Amino acid sequence: MSGRLVLALALGATVLAPLVAPTYHVLLMLPFMAYAVALLGLNLLFGYTGLVSFGHALFLGVGAYTGAFLTSVFKVRSMEVILVAAAALGALVAAPVGALCVRYVKIYFGMLTLAFGMVFYTFVLKFYRLTGGDEGMPFLRPTLLGRSIEGLPKTDYLAGPYYYYSLAVLVLATLVMWRIVHSPFGLCLKTIRDNPTKAETLGIGVARYRWCAFVISAVYAAVGGALLGPPTGNVDPTLAYWTQSGNIVFMTLLGGFASFFGPVLGAFVFIYLQDWVMSVVPFWRLIFGAILAAIVIAAPGGLAGLWVRRPSVEASSS
Amino acid sequence: MLSGVFHGSILFLVSAGLQVVFGVQKIFNLACGSFYALGAYVGVSAVGWYVGAGGPPALFIAPLAVAGLAVGAVGVPVERGLLRFVYDRDETFQLLLTFAIVLMMEDAIRMTWGTSPRSTSGLYLTYGRVGVLGTTVPVYNLIVIGASLAIAVLIGWLLTRTTFGWIIRASADNREMTEALGVDMRRLHTTVFTLGTALGTLGGALVIPATAAMSEMGIELIVEAFAVVVIGGLGSMRGAFVGALVVGVLRSIAISVYPELEMLLIYLIVIAVLVLRPRGLFGGPPA
Repeated sequence: MSGRLVLALALGATVLAPLVAPTYHVLLMLPFMAYAVALLGLNLLFGYTGLVSFGHALFLGVGAYTGAFLTSVFKVRSMEVILVAAAALGALVAAPVGALCVRYVKIYFGMLTLAFGMVFYTFVLKFYRLTGGDEGMPFLRPTLLGRSIEGLPKTDYLAGPYYYYSLAVLVLATLVMWRIVHSPFGLCLKTIRDNPTKAETLGIGVARYRWCAFVISAVYAAVGGALLGPPTGNVDPTLAYWTQSGNIVFMTLLGGFASFFGPVLGAFVFIYLQDWVMSVVPFWRLIFGAILAAIVIAAPGGLAGLWVRRPSVEASSS
Repeated sequence: MLSGVFHGSILFLVSAGLQVVFGVQKIFNLACGSFYALGAYVGVSAVGWYVGAGGPPALFIAPLAVAGLAVGAVGVPVERGLLRFVYDRDETFQLLLTFAIVLMMEDAIRMTWGTSPRSTSGLYLTYGRVGVLGTTVPVYNLIVIGASLAIAVLIGWLLTRTTFGWIIRASADNREMTEALGVDMRRLHTTVFTLGTALGTLGGALVIPATAAMSEMGIELIVEAFAVVVIGGLGSMRGAFVGALVVGVLRSIAISVYPELEMLLIYLIVIAVLVLRPRGLFGGPPA
């Protein structure tokens, strides 16, 4: 089966899901689509640039809290405004943070991002007057495309208009990311990942490119974070905790960081598998830890690496 | 202030375990916090059993320390069963593997001991309190501070005065050369990892009379131990010692002055250190 066909089938199934699938499973698609957006961005940094951030939950948190502040404090209910604001704030925070972090690679990069993530986490946790502390903040139901949908019951709203809205954002984010990784810019990032010294010699400003990748990935994470808010209706600091950063790196690895759609697949499998495991035994971490260990040891290419031996993203574009 | 030193001495034990593993295996072990939590739970159970068996309360620290050290043996299966497969892999995968261990350990602890906090009720003040520098502190805190200092000296002696210590330092500097000189790296890795684990579990066991064991304590401690090793410098024992004191004391000062700042202050220092001096206060040149 060609990749294109699989993709078309997956998209078709996603579009039809709310009409045929049980509401419960349709609602699970919402966090999946939100994480998928964030992971597309994370993978620009992880898979394409070779930098592993252990603090990306920071940007999920920035996006989600932006939405919470706008809807409950500033009474701005338009989802478009929220997404744009989340993206802008994500970029604004990522610009200085990224400038400091990209000076390092490997473990030091990971440690610095982790430290920044924890600064944000402790900030939202401790300044409870502003952020509600560990109880979090309400994320009120946003209007979509200027249309107020107050009349609908919550599940109808989420499984209907909001579902398609998230899907549209995901598709748009995917198209943009596809353009980015197949642009000269994306090629430069891969060069930097494979051989930073050679990239520098070729005249690529390594630090500047890494910084750009960092900021773009932060924008994606912030948009994903904002999308996570409405389904739960509440935003709390656990979203920004370091284990959350670990989980999203896990999702990326699960799906396969070497492939463009790997992280999206990873988010899907993670969310549904987690839900299924939790319905059977309460100890999902034990099982997921074992899965992660197995992937790291035996299948570093993730599910996408096991699934088909079609040429990976690098091979097809070169 | 002294409670900060107490916290610092516990932190030192865990970070010393982190450092010794990083020094030799070059793996940043996120799971050291989980070993700390494991030590805490085993400590509670050991003391519970000891008191139940009618042992004199004054000696409860003995079973506590023994249990804490003994459970460090889980380091052997963890290293043999998981970590040894990734020594030649990218650091990212090593880090993620230890994250996998964090996830598994957290639920393994929940499965064994349940989700409600466990504590050794009443034993904390067995040794009474004593006035030091105008405040009263539980004697137990002083014992732990003393024990931690003794362990610091012991580690220093081990690393600088014994053959085993020379091998550890040699392999931290140049793994291939050490191996070429006839050192069995497999055994060394297992030993060092177990040593690191035992330091973590001992730290967990010793903290337990002063606080309750909770399943989240591991993932909370790891970020503090992380701050310690960054401030002190990755792989440096002196760094772990100074870093632990800095983090412990600063935290207790921040709590009494402006509680909101508590951990925020520490992470800001971590960032400052990473940006200005990424090798930390005592870190060697990058490998």
